[in-house]
Amino acid sequence: MAAWEIACRQLKVPGYLVPAPSAIWADVTQKYGLIAGHTVATMRTVLLGFAASIIISLPLAVVIVSTPLLANTIYPLLVLTQSIPKVALAPVLVVLLGTNEMPRVVITFLVAFFPLVLAIATGLNGVPAELIELGRVCRAGRWQELVRIRLPYAIPFIFSGLKAAITLSVVGAVVAEFVNADRGLGYLIVTSTAFFQVATAWAALIVLSIIGIVLFQVVVIVERVFFPWALSSSS
Amino acid sequence: MIAFEAAWKVFEARSGELTTAVADISLDIAKNEFVCLVGPSGCGKSTLLRLAAGLLLPDRGSVSIGGERVREPRSDTGIVFQSPTLLPWATILDNVLFPAKMMGVASPEIQERAKALLKLVGLEGLERRFPRELSGGMQQRAGICRALIHNPAVLLMDEPFGALDALTREELTIELLRIWTTQPKTILFVTHSIPEAVMLADRVVVMSAHPGRVAEVLRVDLPRPRSFQMESADEFHRCTQRVRQLIFGDRTLQAA
Repeated sequence: MAAWEIACRQLKVPGYLVPAPSAIWADVTQKYGLIAGHTVATMRTVLLGFAASIIISLPLAVVIVSTPLLANTIYPLLVLTQSIPKVALAPVLVVLLGTNEMPRVVITFLVAFFPLVLAIATGLNGVPAELIELGRVCRAGRWQELVRIRLPYAIPFIFSGLKAAITLSVVGAVVAEFVNADRGLGYLIVTSTAFFQVATAWAALIVLSIIGIVLFQVVVIVERVFFPWALSSSS
Repeated sequence: MIAFEAAWKVFEARSGELTTAVADISLDIAKNEFVCLVGPSGCGKSTLLRLAAGLLLPDRGSVSIGGERVREPRSDTGIVFQSPTLLPWATILDNVLFPAKMMGVASPEIQERAKALLKLVGLEGLERRFPRELSGGMQQRAGICRALIHNPAVLLMDEPFGALDALTREELTIELLRIWTTQPKTILFVTHSIPEAVMLADRVVVMSAHPGRVAEVLRVDLPRPRSFQMESADEFHRCTQRVRQLIFGDRTLQAA
């Protein structure tokens, strides 16, 4: 931080290229309400997209694991959704879904869910054969096997997927806001750079990275508090 | 109690190649008998155990327990695996109770039984611990308790002491015999330790590989209760020698 500040002052870097931290801070304090409003909007998109990722990835992974035939049809489709550039997809989705929250959440979801599906499927499939045999010997049905053995076993995998997904949710939300939004930090970056308010853009950037770090830490803490056994068995 | 009648099991490899795991196995195990399966790797001893467990079904012939054909895992069998296979997210007590919960027979009496079993194997006071907090030997003890929780008539053990160090192994051998004396069961025990088989069993079933067949069934005439002092008995030597002979054939087992 100090080095950045000094470098900006000594080298007389123009503020419209790289603003000094003090300039960014001044901007933040001045436009506090504005930035807070955009932050809330972005958080909303991030969390909705993240929630959608969880809600859709979990059953999807279960289906992939339980029926090899369906897995063979679903996997190519999933890969297809990943190979389409989301920035290119966003305008099409806006036409399709309207200029509201929906396309932004969908984009966020599309960016975030793939590693989560992979992680959950890997976890569900990675259960040692003996644990599955134990379930069978205990006359557990498929549902019990899933809920009592496979899902708990997959918890460490699910959390590594969640960590990837939450980070990508932030990326996805910003991408969506670039294309279509009247609010949000992504929108703020686009509009402020357009008006050479570079300090504001930098402020938004910093807030975004803070959001990313904080949400990631929340996932880490949830894992540590609710699934302490998962940490020791995975590390 | 357990009867194999001309049982065959064939596995198909991914390449489509067929391997006969066990061929034409006929074996009768009496009620409360302790039978050990010994043989080189690939002789199908684990397959035989899984046939008895109902985890596999024979391609030909039949396997029955108590006169009933085994078509699926039965509630009167318990199984112990080579690794303790405890659920890492559950406490020791919950692990022991797992089969009872799965079978929908969890009750206060079962809880008491679980605690009594844990006490029997020296895990008293560790009920609330998690598996990772226990040593390998303690985990396997809990695994044995889990197999016994629903008081099965048949106990199937797949190299249960194979992953343990030699000292823990001897300790658990004696412990298992003690449990078996207080709670008689029909035990089918897979091992590749010849002395272990002879020490434990009423009869040792020696198997040969490719395909897995019963080479010979050997009766061990050592008195009960057994102890490791018996390792110096003539009968112990006769049995271990005979098993070695059957497994290694006429190849002399002398270092040059």
